[in-house]
Amino acid sequence: MPKKLLSGNEAIARGAYEAGVKVAAAYPGTPSTEILETIAKYNEVYAEWAPNEKVAVEVAIGSAFAGKRSLCAMKHVGLNVAADPFFTLSYTGIEGGFVLVSADDPGMHSSQNEQDNRNYARFAKIPLFEPSDSQEAKDFTKLAYQVSENFDTPVMVRSTTRLSHSKGLVELEDRTEQEAKEFPKRQEKKYITIPAHARPLRVKVERRLGKLKEYSEKTDINRVEWGDKDLGFIVSGISYNYVKECYPYASVLKLGFTNPLPIDRIREFVKKVEKVIVVEENDPFIENEIKANGIMVDGKNIIPNMGELNTDVIKKSIEGIKEVSKKEAVPVRPPALCPGCPHRGVFIVLRELGLRVVGDIGCYTLGVLPPLSALDWQVCMGGGISLVQGIAKAWDDKISDKVVGMVGDSTFFHSGITGLIDIVYNKGLSTLFILDNSTTAMTGTQENPGTGRTLKGESTKQLSIKKICEAVGVEEVYEIDPYYLDNLKEIVKNAISSPRPTVIICKNSCMLLKFRAGEKFTPLKVNSEKCIGCKACISVACPAITYDKKNKKAFIVKELCVGCEMCAKMCPVAAFEKDGKSLTYPNIHKIRGK
Amino acid sequence: MNEKNILIAGVGGQGVILASEILSEVGIKAGYDVKKSEIHGMSQRGGSVTSDVRWNKEKVYSPTISKKSADFILGFEKLETLRSIDMIKPDGVIISSDYHLDPMTVSAGNQIYPEDVEEKIKKIHSRSYFFSNEEVIKKIGNPKAINIFIVGALSYFMDIDKELWFDVIKNKVPPKTVELNIKAFEEGYNIVKK
Repeated sequence: MPKKLLSGNEAIARGAYEAGVKVAAAYPGTPSTEILETIAKYNEVYAEWAPNEKVAVEVAIGSAFAGKRSLCAMKHVGLNVAADPFFTLSYTGIEGGFVLVSADDPGMHSSQNEQDNRNYARFAKIPLFEPSDSQEAKDFTKLAYQVSENFDTPVMVRSTTRLSHSKGLVELEDRTEQEAKEFPKRQEKKYITIPAHARPLRVKVERRLGKLKEYSEKTDINRVEWGDKDLGFIVSGISYNYVKECYPYASVLKLGFTNPLPIDRIREFVKKVEKVIVVEENDPFIENEIKANGIMVDGKNIIPNMGELNTDVIKKSIEGIKEVSKKEAVPVRPPALCPGCPHRGVFIVLRELGLRVVGDIGCYTLGVLPPLSALDWQVCMGGGISLVQGIAKAWDDKISDKVVGMVGDSTFFHSGITGLIDIVYNKGLSTLFILDNSTTAMTGTQENPGTGRTLKGESTKQLSIKKICEAVGVEEVYEIDPYYLDNLKEIVKNAISSPRPTVIICKNSCMLLKFRAGEKFTPLKVNSEKCIGCKACISVACPAITYDKKNKKAFIVKELCVGCEMCAKMCPVAAFEKDGKSLTYPNIHKIRGK
Repeated sequence: MNEKNILIAGVGGQGVILASEILSEVGIKAGYDVKKSEIHGMSQRGGSVTSDVRWNKEKVYSPTISKKSADFILGFEKLETLRSIDMIKPDGVIISSDYHLDPMTVSAGNQIYPEDVEEKIKKIHSRSYFFSNEEVIKKIGNPKAINIFIVGALSYFMDIDKELWFDVIKNKVPPKTVELNIKAFEEGYNIVKK
C-alpha cells in the first residue's frame, strides 16, 4: 500500500474515510480545522460546517442513530459547547459508529485555556483513544469505529496541537463501505431518555465500562516495549515519542486506549520495573487513576502539569538539569491584524472614543495588543454580546454609553444570536458590533452561514446578519464599511447614546480573501520631509508601518503595505503619498479624539 | 548522514511552511523516515513561525527538534534566526537572510530590535552564513521565491540528486511559478558553492 506524508488531522480524516464514514460535521477551531477540510474532499462522505459544535455533534448523532458511521471534530473548548448532547449519547449508544475527535491545545498556541479533554471521556464514561503519530491517528480512528459498534458507545479520539499539526508517513488503505442495513426500527427505550428509560441505560453504561476495561487489558494498542528494568515509563499520545527519544533503553508501557485503563497490566508493569514515571501532557489523567488503584508511580511530582512537553522539558524535569542560555532576550513577535484588515478601523474608533469593549474569539481578539489596546474583556464564543448585558445591568444600564460588545460574523452565527435575543427580550440598551469579514478568518478562512458557500464548496443560501438582527427585535441596525472612519465614528456616537439596543455591522471582506482573489494593491509612501515623527500612524498597529529611530520618521514596509490608508488617516501633516500623490483627509478632525 | 534535523524560522506569510513541505518530501524520496512539525493558527497573522523537519534512516520519534540538535537553521528574517539559535548543533550550519522586519512590539516602541543581530549570531555560532535579501530579490526577481532560494542553499550541503529536488519543487509550488522557483533554487545552490 502507498505511503503518504499526512498531518495528524489529515490522518484522522483518512481513517474515518477508510472506515466508511457517511456523515462528518464540525465547527472550525485550531488545531482541529483540517480534519473536516480533508474529509470534505472525499465524495463518499457528506461533510458540513455546522454553525457551532453542539449542532455538529447533534448532526453526527443523527447519522449514528440512523445507522451510519459519523464523525465530529472540534477543538477542546468546542466540546464545552457540545457537552449536552455528548453526555446523554453515552447513555443511548448508537446504531452506526460515532467518533468525536477532540483536538486539545497544550501550551495554548491558539486557545483561551488548556483544558485536558480526556477528562470528558472519563466524565461521560466512554472509551478514549490517544494516538501518538499520524499512522496511529489513522489506525486508531478506524479502530474507534469498531469499538463504538461492538460496545454500543460513542468514542473519543483525543489529539493535541503537536499531533494534529505534525506530519509523518502513513500507509493508505482502501475505503470499506459499511454493510447495507435497513433504516433502524423504533427503539424508544434506548433512544428516548425520559427518566424511566434513562435509569436502566445508566446501569448499562456501568456494565459497558466493565467490558471496556477487559478490552483495554487485551488490546495490542496498549503494549509494553521492554528495555532496562530500572527505569520505566507509562505514556500516552505524543509523549511516547519524546520518551522514546530521551530514554531509548528504558521500558515503556505505551497506552493507546486510556479510558478505562488496563489497571492489571499497569500493576504488572510497575511490579517489574524499579522506578516508573507517568509522562502525560497536562492533567495527571492516567496517573491519578493508577494511584487510586493503590499503585505507586511518579508523575506530576516530576513532569510539569502545564504547557506542552517536549524532549527538552522531559529531560530537564527528570534529570534536574539547569541550563544557562547564552541567548539574550529577543523582542517577541506576536501575531497582529493583517495590513489592510477591515477590523483595524473599528478599533481605532473605539480607542479614540475611549469606550470599554467586550471582545470575543477571532482575529479581532488581536485588538487587545498594543498599540491598539482596545479590548477589556473576553471569555468565549458569543460572550462578546451576552457579557455586555450583565455589565450594563450590574450598573443599572447607566454605563451603556461606555461599554460595547463585539463578535465576528461566524461567532455571531455560532452563539451570538441567543445573546442578542437576551438583550432585546430583557430590555437592554447596549451597542453591539458585528465585525463581518465574510469568513471564519482566524482558523484559516472557512465558510460560514453568511458566506453563501458550504464546506464542500457548493453555493447555498446566504444568511443576512442584518435581517437576523432585525428579526430578533433590534430596531436600530446599521451596516457600514469600517474603512470610512469618520462615518463609523458618527454612527457609534449616536448608537451609544440611543435609548435602544443597537447593532453596528461592520462589513468588508478579510484581506486573505482579497489576496486570494488576486486583488492588486498600491502601497503608500511616507514623505520624510513632511513627516514630523509624531507616531500617530504607528498607533494603528499595522505590520506594514514602523518607525525609523535614527531619522525619527515613520516608514512603510512596501512588501507588506496594501494601501488601506488607515495610517494616513491618522497623520496630522498629510505626509503619506499614494502613486506620488499626497493623501489628505478633510474630515481628519472627525476621526481623532472624542 | 543518518539523521538530519532542519529548523526553519521566519515570520507568518514568508513561506516557511511551503519550504518545510518541500524538505519533508525530498527526505522521503531520498529514503528517510520523516516527521515535520509546525504551529499554525495565531502565528499566521505576522507572528513568529517555525517548522521543524527531521530526517532519519531509522524511525523518527519526536516531531520536534531538541535544543542544540538542529543540523541546519534556515532563517528567513534575522531576528527570527536569533530567536532559534539555541537549537543549533555545535557543528551545525545557519543559513539566514539579513532581512529586518520590525515586530509590532518594536514599532510600537515597547521593545528594541537589537542593532547588531548578524554579529550576535556569528559570535554565538561561527558557522553562520548571511545573504543579502535585497540582492537576492534583485537576482531572482520576486520576493516570494526567497524560501526556495534558501532551500537551494541548503541543498548544497545534502548529498541528494538535484533532479529529485526539482521534482518535489515542481509538485509543490503553483504551476505558474515553477520556472521562477527553479531559478531561485539554482541561485541558492550557487551562492553557497561560491
